[in-house]
Amino acid sequence: MDIYLPIAEMSVNVFAIFGMGAGVGFLSGLFGVGGGFLMTPLLIFTGIPPSVAVATEANQIVAASVSGVLAHWKRGNVDLTMGMVLLVGGVIGSSAGVWLFTLLRELGQVDLVIKLCYVVFLSIIGFLMLIESVRAMMARKREVLRRQHSHNWLHGLPFKMRFRRSRLYISALLPLGVGIFVGLLAAIMGVGGGFVMVPAMIYLLGMPTSVVVGTSLFQIIFVTANVTVLQSVTNQTVDVVLALMLLVGGVVGAQVGARVGGRIHGEQLRGMLALIVLAVCLKLTYDLVATPHDIFSVGALGH
Amino acid sequence: MARLLPLLSLALALALCLTGRAQARDITIDLTDPIVSITTGFTGTDLLLYGAVKQAGDLVVVVRGPTRDEVVRRKERVMGVWVNRDELVFDKVPSFYRVASNRPLKEFLNPADADRLQIGLANLDLRAKASGKLLPEAPYEFREGLIRNLQRLGLYMVHPDNVVFLSEQLFRTRLRFPANVSVGTFTIEVYLFKDGKLQSTATTLLTVRKFGIEAQVYDLAHRYSLAYGVLAVIIAVVAGWAANAAFRRG
Repeated sequence: MDIYLPIAEMSVNVFAIFGMGAGVGFLSGLFGVGGGFLMTPLLIFTGIPPSVAVATEANQIVAASVSGVLAHWKRGNVDLTMGMVLLVGGVIGSSAGVWLFTLLRELGQVDLVIKLCYVVFLSIIGFLMLIESVRAMMARKREVLRRQHSHNWLHGLPFKMRFRRSRLYISALLPLGVGIFVGLLAAIMGVGGGFVMVPAMIYLLGMPTSVVVGTSLFQIIFVTANVTVLQSVTNQTVDVVLALMLLVGGVVGAQVGARVGGRIHGEQLRGMLALIVLAVCLKLTYDLVATPHDIFSVGALGH
Repeated sequence: MARLLPLLSLALALALCLTGRAQARDITIDLTDPIVSITTGFTGTDLLLYGAVKQAGDLVVVVRGPTRDEVVRRKERVMGVWVNRDELVFDKVPSFYRVASNRPLKEFLNPADADRLQIGLANLDLRAKASGKLLPEAPYEFREGLIRNLQRLGLYMVHPDNVVFLSEQLFRTRLRFPANVSVGTFTIEVYLFKDGKLQSTATTLLTVRKFGIEAQVYDLAHRYSLAYGVLAVIIAVVAGWAANAAFRRG
């Protein structure tokens, strides 16, 4: 069964899109990750224009983050003050990101930049996860003591704020900067940015791990909502029909994934995810480096 | 003089009418449907163009889609990665172009006619422009690149034997419109050649439009883009909420 996507202006197989939503949803439930960084490349591989893939995925992540944050909210695992500062940065960063996206589009370079961003980030994350999971598998018995955040020049910055829920007293510029950077990525790559936000919160800001995921999800809602609206206004690239199909598949997949995830070892899971991430990264790299089928490409002006 | 005027105009009208009817009788054409609607399940469509000619000859059917400016970009290898470098804007490129005929064009069509009527991909008048001015001649590689890309998308086609004569006078041809066809007004021109000479032509129009929910979504996205974006966010929030509620119960 085929369905015509009104914004992407092409017809796709309904079951293929549902399947992709379910597959990525399954992985995100299994591993507890967002999944935007897998879904956007997959959409590009199926022939959806990268600019539509990025904007539509932002729309889908709004839904995924809302459903994810509610559980954390109930358990009190959202640092609202920290979330607010992050989201101010996130809105600034993502607005700049959409502006940059529009500019790159006019220059005909947006596809390249999206793919390059993915290659860079997926390779870094994939390798880090692989190394960590291998190391953890080899030394499962040994207790690893994680140092609390260290004090360095970052803590000498002005505009100090108290974040009660995280038990931190740090400069507001730090979370603001993190928010801006992740917002920029979210706009250009069509991701929530959890994979950068979570490590930054733990290692850079020194937040306790219990509030990290909830707070990250909380601010992702607003950043991706901002991206959705701005992309709609400036580029008209958000395809609601596509987003809805991905969403339905994603919800079902995430439930199954979360249940299966309880029965498998964490390190093995992380190793598997690392391999998936690296495979996607490899495919993207190949597409960039291999001699293209046709070195000429066509795009309607303003498209 | 004043009395002569009505008589004169009557004669003129009669003459016009006669020649008009004579031309109309040379080729008569019709489409199975003058409107193509892009709806939710649209995967492209086939239309049948049929008609009758007064005298036997060779027929060429040319379908042209609405025009728009197209950017053609050429990739170059930069530090191992293929990057779009040079680009050229083509002015008023038909978004769809299809030629059908009853036998290979070169068997009956003389080059002058082909060029004048823009029959065949090589004879398409594709003009490049730079800073608002039309260039005298488009670089060959870019022109070929443009045509090749549109052919690959199924938007440019040349079918030398797609016009079928059912008898000396009756003919039909099947016109394929792929799912990625653009909306707007298409012109369909039918040329009748006899012994390599153009005898007469007939023209009809076809409308391709989005219809139903597809049209509404597209319209909203382009005309009220802010409302569309806000609505997209609201839908996502509600869906996320519903998913969470369902998950809790289950």
